[in-house]
Amino acid sequence: MGMFDGVAGFGVTFSTMFRKVVTEDYPRVKKVTAPRYHGRHQLNRHPDGLEKCVGCELCAWACPADAIYVEGGDNTDEERYSPGERYGAIYQINYLRCIGCGLCIEACPTRSLTMTNEYELADDDRQDLIYDKERLLAPLLPGMEQPPHPMRLGEDEQDYYVQGPEMARRPDVQDQVREEVPMVPPREPAPQDGVSGTAVEQSSVTSTGEKR
Amino acid sequence: MTQAPERTSDQDDLPPVPEGHVRLTIDDRIVDAPQGELLIRTCERLGIVVPRFCDHPLLDPAGACRQCLVEVEMGGRKMPKPQASCTMTVAQDMVVNTQMTSAVADKAQQGVMELLLINHPLDCPICDKGGECPLQNQAMSSGRAESRFVEEKRTFAKPLPISDEVLLDRERCVLCQRCTRFSRQIAGDQFIELLERGAHQQIGTEETAFGEGEDFQSYFSGNTIQICPVGALTSASYRFRSRPFDLVSTPGVSEHDASGASVRRDWRRGTVTRVLAGDDPEVNEEWIDDKTRFAFRYTQAADRLLRPMVRGDDGELTETSWTEALERAAQLLVAARDGQGPEDEDGHRKQGVGVLPGGRVTVEDGYAYAKFARLALRTNDVDARARVGSDEELDFLGTRVAGTGPDHVSFGALEEAPAVLCVALEPEEEAPIVFLRLRKAARTGTAVHHLSQWSTPAVVKTGGRLVRCAPGDEVAALGTLPDAVAAGLAQPGAVVLVGERAAEVPGLYAAVADLGARTGAKVAWIPRRAGERGALDAGALPTVLPGGAPVADAGARAALASSWGLPDAAGLPADAGRDLGEILRATADGELAGLVVGGVALDDLPDPDLARRALEAADVVVSLEQRRSEVTDRADVVLPVAPVINKAGSFRNWEGRDRHFTTTIDPSGGSAGRVGGTAATTLPDCRVLDTLAVEMDVDLFTQTPQATAAEFARVADALAGHRTRDAANALFAASRRSASPPAEEQHVETHAPALRLATWRQLLDGGALMAGEPELAGTARPPKFRVSTQTALRLGIAQDDPAELEGPRGSLILPVEIADLPDDVVWAPARVPHPDGRVVTLAGLGLAHGGPARLTGGSRASERSSS
Ligand code: SF4
Ligand code: SF4
Ligand code: SF4
Ligand code: FES
Repeated sequence: MGMFDGVAGFGVTFSTMFRKVVTEDYPRVKKVTAPRYHGRHQLNRHPDGLEKCVGCELCAWACPADAIYVEGGDNTDEERYSPGERYGAIYQINYLRCIGCGLCIEACPTRSLTMTNEYELADDDRQDLIYDKERLLAPLLPGMEQPPHPMRLGEDEQDYYVQGPEMARRPDVQDQVREEVPMVPPREPAPQDGVSGTAVEQSSVTSTGEKR
Repeated sequence: MTQAPERTSDQDDLPPVPEGHVRLTIDDRIVDAPQGELLIRTCERLGIVVPRFCDHPLLDPAGACRQCLVEVEMGGRKMPKPQASCTMTVAQDMVVNTQMTSAVADKAQQGVMELLLINHPLDCPICDKGGECPLQNQAMSSGRAESRFVEEKRTFAKPLPISDEVLLDRERCVLCQRCTRFSRQIAGDQFIELLERGAHQQIGTEETAFGEGEDFQSYFSGNTIQICPVGALTSASYRFRSRPFDLVSTPGVSEHDASGASVRRDWRRGTVTRVLAGDDPEVNEEWIDDKTRFAFRYTQAADRLLRPMVRGDDGELTETSWTEALERAAQLLVAARDGQGPEDEDGHRKQGVGVLPGGRVTVEDGYAYAKFARLALRTNDVDARARVGSDEELDFLGTRVAGTGPDHVSFGALEEAPAVLCVALEPEEEAPIVFLRLRKAARTGTAVHHLSQWSTPAVVKTGGRLVRCAPGDEVAALGTLPDAVAAGLAQPGAVVLVGERAAEVPGLYAAVADLGARTGAKVAWIPRRAGERGALDAGALPTVLPGGAPVADAGARAALASSWGLPDAAGLPADAGRDLGEILRATADGELAGLVVGGVALDDLPDPDLARRALEAADVVVSLEQRRSEVTDRADVVLPVAPVINKAGSFRNWEGRDRHFTTTIDPSGGSAGRVGGTAATTLPDCRVLDTLAVEMDVDLFTQTPQATAAEFARVADALAGHRTRDAANALFAASRRSASPPAEEQHVETHAPALRLATWRQLLDGGALMAGEPELAGTARPPKFRVSTQTALRLGIAQDDPAELEGPRGSLILPVEIADLPDDVVWAPARVPHPDGRVVTLAGLGLAHGGPARLTGGSRASERSSS
């Protein structure tokens, strides 16, 4: 046993004192994720506020963790939630099961389902971690109207799908999955505009880089 | 099927071609096929799947879609173009190359697929067929990966309702004509057709074509949805409910009629979302009627009973535990059975309990009721017939029907019969699967005769041979059948089908039995409800013991006592039992003290008022029900029982064939069995009766349907020797109590001369199992009165005018239709659902088949129908 042995044991400790700290001041300072981080899902809307989801269950089918539950519903002229015949009447994602793989996003034929960068998915109640449609739906942006309401942007669903990409590029039309959106979500939760539930980021990043 | 091994170098080594077969080569394999077989079937047998849309084994070949093209070589020369393998029959020395070995066939199939997809909307994500769609699958297997079509697709308005239940999406249709061929060939309903030409060719109805006209009105329309190879036909009630991949499919048996059709129930999260036809070539082939297909939501009705209830001192029913409810029921029943109830003023005590299981019991439940009545209640007062019955019927059933099986008369026998006569049976309304078989038989030469009052749709669709008679005159008509009919029935294999309505005409059962004896035709009995046949064999009738032996046969009783483990036959009641009418009358008159009632709707009974009086007068009413009913409203103890989807068991169909089914949704399976958030712990009737009997110190050994079935089989074997086929046998007659009292004189005021009433029930008439199915109810045949032209003229009523039918206890207003009835006869549906939810039954109005009724038309009826 040499006389410096006792001090040598602190070598790591002392050297670390001169390195950059790795601890984070979370939750006071939130970590900024990578732009394509797979966070909480979001169900997007058409520019007039109608839901993009058609209740097709393809996301549920694709999900390897069986985290998604969907039931379709029939739009009527009096009560319309999405363009076309069918909408997602019940939509739930169980975050106790979700592994964040993003396969559901790939499966969605309408680009209704995307992922945000929100990663704060912990709770002390299992029930609260099953997010229903209200909590997953994107907030209403200015110019959007809370469904049910008639189709405002065309005669039928074809107009929405065919002209959708066109519309998304127009500066006066709101779209939640636009390409050029700020990469860093704002800190403050956005005003809710009638959408209840937990804090929903107003603008969000699509986590699949696919061009619409 | 003979199938030679791989081609050998020397063809002479092969065995000779069997008689009636040809030898051909398919994809380099030599195969022997029966002459006349379609190429596509031969390929199937070899395991070669040729893509197809229009081909269906039960429909005539059409060659409509051209998807099944293969290359064919005859006599060493290739046919110039690929041929449709679904229309071409095999031939000697044919050489066939499918897409597996021929690039030409493969390319041809890809080309056809490309053409089919040109106008297809590709809206699979919102299509109900998506996930189980032959077009999706075959586009993957036989289509091109890239579409070359960039032009705009043809569009149509969608969805187009062609009936309340069936929706048409013309964009998705591939014009395979399966639906039109099914309607024309199988069901005989010509309402859906191919319209227009060229690019505008489409499926439609008179209504879609001209904006008005008849709907796609059919009792079998749901089958077109099932066989449509794309999502062009979908059902309004299943629309967007779920996708095939999140459904659990459980095979089952139809609970809606006595045919025991095989079905497949698809369910998700404890809820049945749809019912499809199962494939059973011996029974229903691949078809079911719309009631079986669409009427299943009654199990989810808000009035479903899930917990036992006991009527407290305050007169209110309150939910309680099984233990308490069973204890209470047992206590009340023992007191009623032993006559320990309160004395009336004359010092008279009521004694005895009658059992009315209802006509929808499974064989196991029926047996449990029969055993419960005899051991726990020590009586033969048990009758599963919730309808008009007669003593004569009991004799007929006991001697001619009990214990018979499909070797007597089966669906297959109907198809082969040279002639069939339907008596008191309207097959399309009362046994739709039998109707389909009769129609199939008629198409291949069977003469189907109907002893009836008018040319109903069923008569027309089965070949239109009507033996017309006035209602009530059926017996005389059978005695004087036209020679052609009698001669037809004398041929070997001829069949007489008699319906349960024969009980409404005195002497008709005997006349039918006599006709069978006279002509040699086999006689089969077809009841309307699913459980009646099983209840007969299980002994849930007053004169019949389990196994079909007469109650009055001491030897049979001794055999039964020993199989039930009783020391001697003294433990079994020897007295003749009361039938439905007698049980109700005895209860109403204060003789019987109590009633145990299963699934009985009072409106269906021959005298609903008597039944209400009986329930009022009874000291004890124990009800085993699935849903709240008039009986549970008057019951002292209500024991909830499981519907068919929550239990295992079997129905014995009219052929005598046991149709076993397993539990679809296990009620004890946690959330899977929850109904409206409550765990539905309902049990089968046999289990409830077993536990109830234990409370009464009797062991039934019917804890589970499986145990019950095993015991019933043993008992039936032990008693088989005591069954009698001798109609003259006095034992059944001796099993009867006495002649029933004559029916009360019916007094009809004669402002207008009375007509004679003919009546039977329609298939879709708002029965208990149709609850919660508005779309299905919308496809019902509109209820109408029918009279002959002469009668209409005499009464001054025109076609479609409202008229009023009056009976002793009320009246009914419906529009009138002219039909080919005998003069001075009016036909009316036996049960009419009222828009406000009430039902009107002719029995409730005091009217009966063959009896007098009064019909008035003109201004008075119109006034009252509008008010
Ligand atoms: S991210 Fe993956 S695990 Fe989560 S819901 Fe989507 S598919 Fe399922
Ligand atoms: S989110 Fe997309 S994939 Fe999921 S049901 Fe809705 S439309 Fe279909
Ligand atoms: S509706 Fe369906 S079954 Fe009828 S022709 Fe079109 S694809 Fe065939
Ligand atoms: S399957 Fe042969 S032409 Fe349609």
